[in-house]
Amino acid sequence: MSIEWYLVVSALIFAIGAGGVVTRRNPLVILLCLELMLNAANLALIGFSRMWGNADGQVFALIVMVVAACEVTVGLGVIVAMHRRRLPIDVDELRELRG
Amino acid sequence: MSTVLFFVAALGALTGAIGVITIENPFYTVLALVSHLISLAALFLLLSAEFIAAAQVVVYAGAVMVLYTFVVSYVGGQDAQPRLGEPLGRPPGRAMTVAAWACGGALVLELGIAVLGSALKSINTRGAPIPPGFGQPAQIGDLLLTHFLAPFEIASYLLLVAAVGAVVLARRRGGIGDDDGIPVFSAMDIFRPPPPGTGTMAEGAGRREITREEPAAEGAGRGEITGEEPMAVGAGGRETTRGEPVAEGAGGGKITGEEPVA
Repeated sequence: MSIEWYLVVSALIFAIGAGGVVTRRNPLVILLCLELMLNAANLALIGFSRMWGNADGQVFALIVMVVAACEVTVGLGVIVAMHRRRLPIDVDELRELRG
Repeated sequence: MSTVLFFVAALGALTGAIGVITIENPFYTVLALVSHLISLAALFLLLSAEFIAAAQVVVYAGAVMVLYTFVVSYVGGQDAQPRLGEPLGRPPGRAMTVAAWACGGALVLELGIAVLGSALKSINTRGAPIPPGFGQPAQIGDLLLTHFLAPFEIASYLLLVAAVGAVVLARRRGGIGDDDGIPVFSAMDIFRPPPPGTGTMAEGAGRREITREEPAAEGAGRGEITGEEPMAVGAGGRETTRGEPVAEGAGGGKITGEEPVA
């Protein structure tokens, strides 16, 4: 398969993830959609890495996975803290930071 | 063969992604993401990125998704409840709606021309010839420890900060803190002595009412009941301070309930 097919799949996954971030209201699902977008970027990175025959893109993808793991850890910690304070698990209801 | 594998894996990845954003139950959403990640690992394998594919399955589909599953079962699915209250902000006017559609359509048109017209032609390739050992753990590790040493170290510090941050965010000091349960974090906590009971089970057990008879009876015998604290800790031979946690007092009371107290 030529590389462009992988890029098309990557773009579709990114678009699906972005749509999920915009439309869903549960912060858990929003975090999952962020994972989708990061994975789409990873797929593009690895596709370009294969295209040039250079493994730098794979190292980049590995670092992206590390950042995604950190983001998940902190995000889930925030959700657990919200649950402890009896806040609604709904991003539309959380307006304390809105000016 | 590789073509068939690509289409199977791509279909699985797209189906999983669509499942993530359409399924209502967050638990099944996590399962859809797991299937998506495994299909994506197959795509990585087809791109001869063996180490990344293995890390994807082990780290993502294994560890991170287990974390998600735990949090989903802890928080519970609350996505199915109907929308409460008024919509956010004012509804956009007609001019704003028309402008939004116009901008979106222009963006789609521009991207379509750019991608279909020129960009994808230049990458219509099966890829450069790759050396043997491309994408193997040896090559990735070699790159990480020589050429990309600084990002590697920074990533390790980032992981450390995230781990500490998750513990600080999700910890609960209901057993030894104030009873309203809203924690206040400050950088000065590093320099202050920790409250008594830190590191014990009382920190996570939370404040609970003591309804058992034996600690209260012990405390009543010594005449030390103040408030809701059973004060049976003092009977166990330890010094009781003012800020002694309730849950720890309950533990002490359970021990002294079995021991004969002079």
